[in-house]
Amino acid sequence: MMPAIRKPKLAVWKFASCDGCQLSLLDCEDELLAVAGAVEISYFPEATRAVAKGPYELSLVEGSITTPHDVELVQQVRRNSKFLVTIGACATAGGIQALRNFKDVQEFVSVVYASPQYINTLGTSTPIADHVQVDFELRGCPISKQQLLETVSAFLFGRKPNVPPYSVCIECKRRGNVCVMVAHGTPCMGPVTQTGCGAICPAYHRGCYNCFGPKETPNTDSLSKWWAQLGVEEQDIVRGFRTFNAWAEPFRKESVAHEK
Amino acid sequence: MKSRTIKVDYIARVEGDGALYVRIKDGTVADVKFRIWEPPRLFEAFLRGRNYSEAPDITARICGICPIAYQMSSSHAMEAAFGVKVDPQVRALRRLIYLGEWIESHPLHVFLLHAPDFLGYEDAIQMAADHPDIAVRGLQLKKLGNELMAFLGGREIHPINVCVGGFYKVPTKKELLPFVEKLKWARDASLETVRWTATLPFPDFEQDYEFVALRHPDEYAITEGRLVSNKGLDIAISEFEEHSVEEHVPYANALHSRLKERGAYFVGPLARYNLNFDKLPPVAQQVARDVGLGPVCLNPFKSIIVRMVETVFACDEAIRLIERYEMPEKPRADIRPRAGTGHGCTEAPRGILYHRYRLDDQGVIQEAKIVPPTSQNQKSIESDLWQFVPKYIDLPNDKLQWQCEQAIRNYDPCISCATHFLTLHIDRE
Repeated sequence: MMPAIRKPKLAVWKFASCDGCQLSLLDCEDELLAVAGAVEISYFPEATRAVAKGPYELSLVEGSITTPHDVELVQQVRRNSKFLVTIGACATAGGIQALRNFKDVQEFVSVVYASPQYINTLGTSTPIADHVQVDFELRGCPISKQQLLETVSAFLFGRKPNVPPYSVCIECKRRGNVCVMVAHGTPCMGPVTQTGCGAICPAYHRGCYNCFGPKETPNTDSLSKWWAQLGVEEQDIVRGFRTFNAWAEPFRKESVAHEK
Repeated sequence: MKSRTIKVDYIARVEGDGALYVRIKDGTVADVKFRIWEPPRLFEAFLRGRNYSEAPDITARICGICPIAYQMSSSHAMEAAFGVKVDPQVRALRRLIYLGEWIESHPLHVFLLHAPDFLGYEDAIQMAADHPDIAVRGLQLKKLGNELMAFLGGREIHPINVCVGGFYKVPTKKELLPFVEKLKWARDASLETVRWTATLPFPDFEQDYEFVALRHPDEYAITEGRLVSNKGLDIAISEFEEHSVEEHVPYANALHSRLKERGAYFVGPLARYNLNFDKLPPVAQQVARDVGLGPVCLNPFKSIIVRMVETVFACDEAIRLIERYEMPEKPRADIRPRAGTGHGCTEAPRGILYHRYRLDDQGVIQEAKIVPPTSQNQKSIESDLWQFVPKYIDLPNDKLQWQCEQAIRNYDPCISCATHFLTLHIDRE
């Protein structure tokens, strides 16, 4: 009999998030049992109460850093992981909860006060890469299941994940979508947003709202001018850039530039 | 004096970060705390200043497990504020995508999160090795729920097609019809699963709960109705905050809800089932009776059966809606913002999800209030543990711990939901 080959250990960690990106793994209904056969799921509290000690070959990290406790924990995760891959907009850009980063903290507190002595939260929500070295960042709010499977297998086989950095526009052309901005005058974030979703919003007759964050070298200034020509007001341009990837640098700079 | 402590720092197989603390002193329970330590994300704070039209997409991000619930409660609240009525077929499509979420979420909990407890497995992967047919059936059911959501919503997690007033794009009848055959399979698979779950070993544990759910005169309520209970509550959703209060307890990052008049209450599948059994279709009522469930079920462990009875209903109702569907003329109602307050309350897979928004005349959100199901169930979860632990107090710690975890998982708690709100304490780095 062949000796059993030790399977690589996979861990899934969660910080501030909605659980949707790790749910994507459980949503791989056709592949889940195969994935579970190829790796040892060593830490994944959403799915199992079993815990195996690290070090782990691959850690998938969901969520952003918002508490002093999590600042410490993410260091431990890094030390215990050969590869660390962030999954989703929270882990990669701070998520929707990074909207707090733009607010005057005192104002925030004065409006939402109840029993703050019970709560321990930082004034900012920051991506994992602000705290530890990250080997790969998987974008999306939520991530794409296909990109997740691609990334997991790439790391297990020691190759680079095939995750394109170009814009939603290219995906729209491939899919045969009519351009909602050119044809219907619908404001769309597609030209500055990385693909990965499959260009679903234009396919459903709405403008992209940038779930996957900035594409490589996005021309946000030009897009804002196009939006203004369509009659979008400054405050709505700010809102457009301030969603799930609001704290990603190109979007952050563009929204700040339009804020009065 | 003999004292022992059960501590679970990270409860597995629930959505989000929760912990359990039980202290036993001289053979009696001295303290129980179900603690939510998931970091607060402060949605209610940053919703202020956002446009009404952004609420469905933003609040969906509170929970990746039940985004449709958030999109529907927020859309209904906005429409109530603006006095908008939607086309009956748009309403039917909303119910249909919501059923998709139930068909995804219930099997996720039943097969992947809850069933392993009953059979003594640490997770569904281990369970699948011994029961491959059951695991595959569960995954296929869940997949169909996801397919329905992805078809109507663009994708299953954080769908993109839902908006205030309806949808960006509605399907043709021809596009929807292929789902009927799949749903017929799913209805049969769910019926089979009801029978299977009924054979699981259940602890003898019944409590005198106050169940709260939506009730509608014509249907098993999901998107609208009055809020009723088995102990006399019968109110419009806009009266919810007059009857329910949230308390901030020191050990949790989520608020505990209670009814002002009577205290702890219970929302979710078991509540809906007990309050609306008469509205279930015959096929669902029949299978419940066949497995000995009857119209009243007070054992929270049996919620695993009830979830599957609800899945039978969801498949049956989805078939009915598709067969009667006619494509509406317009995908969404016209919206004219006006100043005011709107309430929305819908039945998320885990129970009622309440939203209230105050808006200015431009439709900009001035104030937001969101009460998710799990924060409403926290008090019942703790009170169950107070009652449950004494029955099993002689078990060794590891066994007792597992029993307690299972008692918590009865509620399918979604901790990401429960912690989205709340206050902010700042530690400056």
